[in-house]
Amino acid sequence: MLQVKAIELLESGAVDRVLGWKKGDFFYDLTPAVFESADEVRREFAYGPFAGANLSKYLIAESRRGGKVGVFLKPCDTYSLVQLLKEHRVLRENVYVVGVQCEGMCDIEKIRDAGCAGVTAVEEDGDRLKVATLYGERTVDRRDVLLEKCAACKSRKLVIYDELIGEQGDVIDSNRFDKVAALEAMTPEQRYEFWRGELSRCIRCNACRNVCPACSCEKCVFDNPDSGVRNKAAADSFEENMFHIIRAFHVASRCTDCGECSRVCPQHIPLHLLNRKFIKDINELYGEYQAGADFDSRPPLMDFTQGDCEPSIVYQRGGAKA
Amino acid sequence: MMKRIPRGEIDRLFAALAGMQKLYIPADDPSGQARFTPWAEGMALTQRLNTARSAKDLFFPQVENLVGFKVTGKQIEMIETRDPLEDFILFGVRACDLRGFEILDSVFLSDPVDTYYQSRRQHATVVTLACSRPEETCFCGNFGIDPAEPGGDVSCWLTEDSLCWRANTEKGEALTAALPFLEDGGEDAAQAQREAVREIAARLPLNRLDLSAFGPGKTQALFNRPEWKRLSEACLGCGTCTFVCPTCQCYDIEEFNDGETVRRFRCWDSCMYSDFTQMSAGQPRPTQLERFRQRFMHKLVYYPDNNDGAFGCVGCGRCLQKCPIHMNIVKVVKTLGGDGA
Repeated sequence: MLQVKAIELLESGAVDRVLGWKKGDFFYDLTPAVFESADEVRREFAYGPFAGANLSKYLIAESRRGGKVGVFLKPCDTYSLVQLLKEHRVLRENVYVVGVQCEGMCDIEKIRDAGCAGVTAVEEDGDRLKVATLYGERTVDRRDVLLEKCAACKSRKLVIYDELIGEQGDVIDSNRFDKVAALEAMTPEQRYEFWRGELSRCIRCNACRNVCPACSCEKCVFDNPDSGVRNKAAADSFEENMFHIIRAFHVASRCTDCGECSRVCPQHIPLHLLNRKFIKDINELYGEYQAGADFDSRPPLMDFTQGDCEPSIVYQRGGAKA
Repeated sequence: MMKRIPRGEIDRLFAALAGMQKLYIPADDPSGQARFTPWAEGMALTQRLNTARSAKDLFFPQVENLVGFKVTGKQIEMIETRDPLEDFILFGVRACDLRGFEILDSVFLSDPVDTYYQSRRQHATVVTLACSRPEETCFCGNFGIDPAEPGGDVSCWLTEDSLCWRANTEKGEALTAALPFLEDGGEDAAQAQREAVREIAARLPLNRLDLSAFGPGKTQALFNRPEWKRLSEACLGCGTCTFVCPTCQCYDIEEFNDGETVRRFRCWDSCMYSDFTQMSAGQPRPTQLERFRQRFMHKLVYYPDNNDGAFGCVGCGRCLQKCPIHMNIVKVVKTLGGDGA
């Protein structure tokens, strides 16, 4: 259906380019791609349960290339686009948004984790996935192999679109803060150990930063040799851990919880938990807030109201006592 | 000569090896991925085909101190900051990663020899492990690598009931001599295992790529191909492919300076990064297209140019599994090679 729409948009001249996914060598290795002709779309376009990538960030560059770009966005991706538009990072008039209803995307790494080696094909069978492998056929429960961001889906509502494929959905009463609450219930020492352990695996590939729609600086301070803080190697392991904590601070109240940071981490670090902690805190301290949900609200950390909590609130918070 | 130990007694083997030298085995980390880890009582060999990070880490660590300086008045004193090295055993290296060592050797051990790398290589005894269940992302066959017959100081095969063990070098013989509980035999079981793995390798979907468009002398033909633009357009510019790669060997040398002492270190660098090989005149590869092209031209053309045609890729498949946007060397080969060449 998306392929037909892409062809229609290009052939009618409604858009000059379409941002979608290109098929790969396997069923799961789709690559974000720009299509400039209907023929290219016919040959190479693909969509399916492994199109997890959030295409919003590519619009920063694509909307500035001249002409109009069509883009396919899933509900969570539309939150990223709205946030980018609020930050004046994307030129809205050059973008045509096709919103796509989404049932959750699958994670090939979780399929491997489920013991499927040498996967060659997959077939959807209701709530089950039939996985063909070099070593025979396996069946897995679709819910067990959803991307983390989809297993904890916060909303099926498309917050921006020019056209819709499928049906509009609703905000979901999600379980996404459960793990954060569990971390909060730990003693500070336990929590410290948890994060030291998780972050110790970081190889500083910067995939989390580079994929993040909220990290949209033209040049990151950590890439700038003149900044004095380039930090190609950390002075010690704690400094390495701090990179992620600092990054979470930088995107706090702008992070829509799109989950891309954890999806792309080659070391399986649950980075989204840092962002969710900030979101949960903001909800509790400043009132419910969802970044990217609308165009009018002000991000709580970029706003001041007399009702804002005092910094001393930290003394009344905290988890289990040591 | 082939030796064997019952599969149930592998712990006994690990304990004996760890009693002699520091032993690294591929074991699962808390996230469920495999990683070369110092062995400790109760640690199990991973069920995974390969480690998420490659085995190069043991010889070419991500960050390494080179030397220190202490400045007092007009005096500069050099401080030795090398970690003292002990002999160690690296168990469970796959054939692809072993070839990776050979590629790193060709860079670090040719004149001028990199003594940091050389010292780690000399202190290591490498025990390889033949593959049992190759993944669909494996393509080592394109580079003449046989996953069923890995080399190293000792080669091992895991069969249904045994671990078969064969020393290949003097270092390997010395290790074997210190393991009197290894029984003779196991050649038939190892042979059956080899045949089974080769049968699978023959069916791997990416194991017969057309590489004829690549190799020495192909720079002019490939450098300005228009396909680079499309191949690189979605690249995030992260360093994942380079950091998990067993053959990527680029590094940067920098210094920490606290005003009194200076610590000079080297750390992995990535051609995907915007400040890679920055020069006084600026960045020679200003956009991601040039950086992306550099990585694949290095593996497929520049390295072969300088190394008798050998490719700088071993087909381990890590970049296929780990790239956030699923772009990789196989897609580059298929796009630029074959019919397109």
